Amino acid sequence: MKKSDPVSSAFEQLPTLLERDAALIQRGRLLDVDCLLGSTEHSYHVAIRAGRIADMVPAPVLMRSWTFGYRATPEAWTAFWQPMPKAGWHDLLSLTKRGAATLDGDIKPFMTHLQYFKDLLALPRGAGGAA
Amino acid sequence: MTGYIEPMVGRYVHVDIDGTMHRIYFEEAGQGIPLVCLHTAGSDNRQWRYLLADEEFTKHYRIIAFDLPWHGKSNPPANWDGSEYQLTTQRYTQTIRAFCKALDLNKPVVMGCSIGGRIVLNLAIDHAREFRALIGLEAADFQAPWYDTAWLNRPDIHGGEVCAALVSGLVAPQSPAEARMETLWAYKQGGPGVFKGDLYFYRVDGDLRGRTTAIDTKACPLYLLTGEYDFSCSPEDTVRTASGITGAEVTVMEQLGHFPMSENPAQFRRYIAPVLATIQQKHSS
Repeated sequence: MKKSDPVSSAFEQLPTLLERDAALIQRGRLLDVDCLLGSTEHSYHVAIRAGRIADMVPAPVLMRSWTFGYRATPEAWTAFWQPMPKAGWHDLLSLTKRGAATLDGDIKPFMTHLQYFKDLLALPRGAGGAA
Repeated sequence: MTGYIEPMVGRYVHVDIDGTMHRIYFEEAGQGIPLVCLHTAGSDNRQWRYLLADEEFTKHYRIIAFDLPWHGKSNPPANWDGSEYQLTTQRYTQTIRAFCKALDLNKPVVMGCSIGGRIVLNLAIDHAREFRALIGLEAADFQAPWYDTAWLNRPDIHGGEVCAALVSGLVAPQSPAEARMETLWAYKQGGPGVFKGDLYFYRVDGDLRGRTTAIDTKACPLYLLTGEYDFSCSPEDTVRTASGITGAEVTVMEQLGHFPMSENPAQFRRYIAPVLATIQQKHSS
């Protein structure tokens, strides 16, 4: 089931945007993880295998587990995806510091591939964001 | 020779720091007022290469940028046994003063960024009369932590990758891609545990809250400049710090982050040029 809000629409573009970015896939070549990504309103179970999004379905899924979750408010994603984001809204960890996003669970895969996740979740910025 | 050779020259000076001899690498260019530049935690003096190559600044300043021990081309001391590296307020202060003494610098200006900005505040508190002026970039008496430094040095995570990825968000999005890459490259090259060890000073040992009110800017002028995109040492942190220091001059730099001198040298120049001109005018009058 597809979500209709602009932030969810942007998230649903992630697999397509990632497939166009061979360098980012290459950087994630050793990454296999099941994570929960999205907004505080609507999030997705994202299965990453060898740096590619192998599966992505809206949460919740009955009894589906995840290793780590990164979720930000819809307003935070909208600001983050601006072509030139304002100060304090420009980085995943600036969002957590200001309380506009949460990072929880076992964050080791997130930290081992920190730049990968920063770049993955910034992909909608170059594709119109949540407009 | 037909190749373009940049103006800075690199040398080593042997410096006694608290009874241990260190071989300190530094680069310098220009002549005039000594201007000692301090790099950020986990990086090295390459951050200052644009300032060192500035034809105008080097007409009036002898710009000197050194690598802290364990950083860049300043190796750990010969007697290091591999124990955990930790920078302290006392150690950092000793290092700067010993370096200036070894080069016989007469009342230098010291400009530091991040941990370098924090230690500049400590120099202003305890040793103001030794310096002509002090410049703190991305400086505050304290700032709230935004990550656990334990992630920076563990055998199952690539230290260079995680250090660079963490600080990548501190570079302003307007910064040129090549300068951003170069700024992060230094973080990818740091020795294991060195960035974390520097942050011991920043996070644990160097809390200057309550002490900065003792700064006498009549004894030594203090300039604080912070980039608007720095969410580690935010403009609010710097303004709060300056509000308790009579005479401190504060500038919030637009379109800059935590590494102004290396992430966007042209934009940084717009802000640092008036400061250097003011110090030079006071020196001449």
